[in-house]
Amino acid sequence: MAHIQLKNVSKTFGNHTALTGLNLDIADGEFFVLLGETGAGKTTTLRMIAGLEKPSEGQVFIDGVDVADWGAAERDVALVLQQYSLYPRYTVRENLEFPLKPKIRRIEPDEIKARVDRVARTLRIEHLLDRKTDRLSGGEMQRVSIGRAIVRKPRVFLMDEPLSALDAKLREALRTELKNIQMNLGQTFLFVTHDQVEAMSMGDKVGVLNHGRIVQTGTPYEIYNNPRDTYVASFVGSPPMNLIDGKLVNGRAVMAPLNFELPFAGGAKTSGATDGRPLVFGIRPEDVYLESGAPVEARVHDVENHGVEKILTLRVGDAMLRATVPARTDVEIEQPVRFAWDPDKVVLFDKASGISLRHAG
Amino acid sequence: MATAVMTTLDPKSRSAARGMSDLTIRNLFIIPTIVFLIVFNIFPLIYSLGYSFTDFRASSPAAANFVGLQNYRELLNDPFIWSNFAITAKYVIVSVVGQVIVGFGVALLLNRDIPLKGLLTTLLLLPMMLSMAVVGLFWKLLYDPSFGIINYTLGLGSFEWLSNPDMALYAVAITDIWMWSPFVMLLSLAGLSAVPKHLYEAAAIDRAGSFYTFFRITLPLVAPILMIAIIFRTMEAFKTFDLAYILTSQPTTEVISIRLYKMAFQEWQTGRSCALAYIVLIMILAITNIYVKYLNKVKER
Repeated sequence: MAHIQLKNVSKTFGNHTALTGLNLDIADGEFFVLLGETGAGKTTTLRMIAGLEKPSEGQVFIDGVDVADWGAAERDVALVLQQYSLYPRYTVRENLEFPLKPKIRRIEPDEIKARVDRVARTLRIEHLLDRKTDRLSGGEMQRVSIGRAIVRKPRVFLMDEPLSALDAKLREALRTELKNIQMNLGQTFLFVTHDQVEAMSMGDKVGVLNHGRIVQTGTPYEIYNNPRDTYVASFVGSPPMNLIDGKLVNGRAVMAPLNFELPFAGGAKTSGATDGRPLVFGIRPEDVYLESGAPVEARVHDVENHGVEKILTLRVGDAMLRATVPARTDVEIEQPVRFAWDPDKVVLFDKASGISLRHAG
Repeated sequence: MATAVMTTLDPKSRSAARGMSDLTIRNLFIIPTIVFLIVFNIFPLIYSLGYSFTDFRASSPAAANFVGLQNYRELLNDPFIWSNFAITAKYVIVSVVGQVIVGFGVALLLNRDIPLKGLLTTLLLLPMMLSMAVVGLFWKLLYDPSFGIINYTLGLGSFEWLSNPDMALYAVAITDIWMWSPFVMLLSLAGLSAVPKHLYEAAAIDRAGSFYTFFRITLPLVAPILMIAIIFRTMEAFKTFDLAYILTSQPTTEVISIRLYKMAFQEWQTGRSCALAYIVLIMILAITNIYVKYLNKVKER
């Protein structure tokens, strides 16, 4: 159980800057997901909390204590890595026992056995206990390394893309399992991923990291519906938010280079949204809908059938727009359709800075 | 298999123009080696096996008489031969254990980020490159009781290293350790750098102490390559001759190969020395086999 804080943390490797002025606050018992592309600095953040790297600047606090001089062992964290890092030559049981065995731990053999068995039951790896780790499949290995983390009851769990090397089915299964484990243990989890689906489905809170900076922190709902800037808007969501350049003219959204207009009357009014200011209109695909009397005509460029729904790519002039429609909608490629949007759901971004007008205040 | 590995000659090459096939070229390379091996290794090996059953003396014109297993029987019942074996065993243990401790220790020290690591490694390898005879000669000077630098540095006065019967064997072993620790170091270093870094990080996270990490992670992973180093060094130490012969002539340093040399070329008991050579050969084969079996077991784990 622990509360983690990063204050103004920066990290440079030689002349490469991995993290700049990072501030992070992870509450006790929270499932926090750090989301970002490869090279955004997620792993570095994790390793600094674990004590495997030292920050070049700034401080790391665990339960309010500055842990700058603490080694990895003293911080009492558990780390699950993408590459499993099981100890070779040992059986699954020996791997699970490893963190409990050192003499200084002073844990009774009965207690060790009981704990290992309980963890094996939780992760459903009881039948593998006496197997050597090199005879396990990827999913089994990752369960064992998660097991080695939870067997010890650490203060914080750090997970570095633990699911990304697994196949889709298993990833889904382990995702739910991990979330369950976290809820049962009530422990602080910091989970790092580049997969926005993982972030949205597991996190109590999500922090979006871009080029070594935290762009936005919030609940998955906030991140999805109220992105702070165009980066978050285009990174989170599948398909991502549509972003169209334009400006407001007399309560209508005029898409400048694309030459079409959409009504914006009663739309999400924000103080900075003055007429004529260059803006980017952001609209989620599910808030774009087809209607015979709708104001704009487009052609269906592509259809992706996802079972429950269809994702259409609409072509207006030479720009593309995604729309999610119910699967029963009958459309064909190159068919002309008319579409509209839900003006309440539109997010306005400043063209120059890319920052949402709501966040700019 | 062999033909699949061989590449066909470029039809435009000079060899092809001379009408040589792949097979001819292969034979050109291989036959001289095989002939050399047969003449200088296989033939003497078999020939000496024959002599080991006779009372042949290379120094006398008398014809060799077949004596059956008499040579072997007498050798294996000779307490002096057994004391030679005991000396050899003591020497092997002291020198190989010393080399492993020093070599592996230095490898552990070098297996981290230190400045001038490459240069340091190369310098440490130098003793291994020297000739045995040269090493023997200058260590004899180093050990010298009246002007040797060892006594001078350690402040031992005129301590007798080589003429002291109790010390001489250790003195030879120390020289051998100095010369061959770099070999163990080199192999250990290769093994150590192959241990994935994330395992150490995982162990640190799992709050394992440095001792625990060393015995549970480092050692098991380096064990196979360390075993290979030990096999090589044991075989070499078992048949050691030059160092001991050059450094000292104490009876306490008469390892088995010196006994063999004396028997063959000073006492001219050619037949009997052939038998002794065979006993040594069988022993080395046996020890090596046990090692290899154990090594495979270590690797399987």
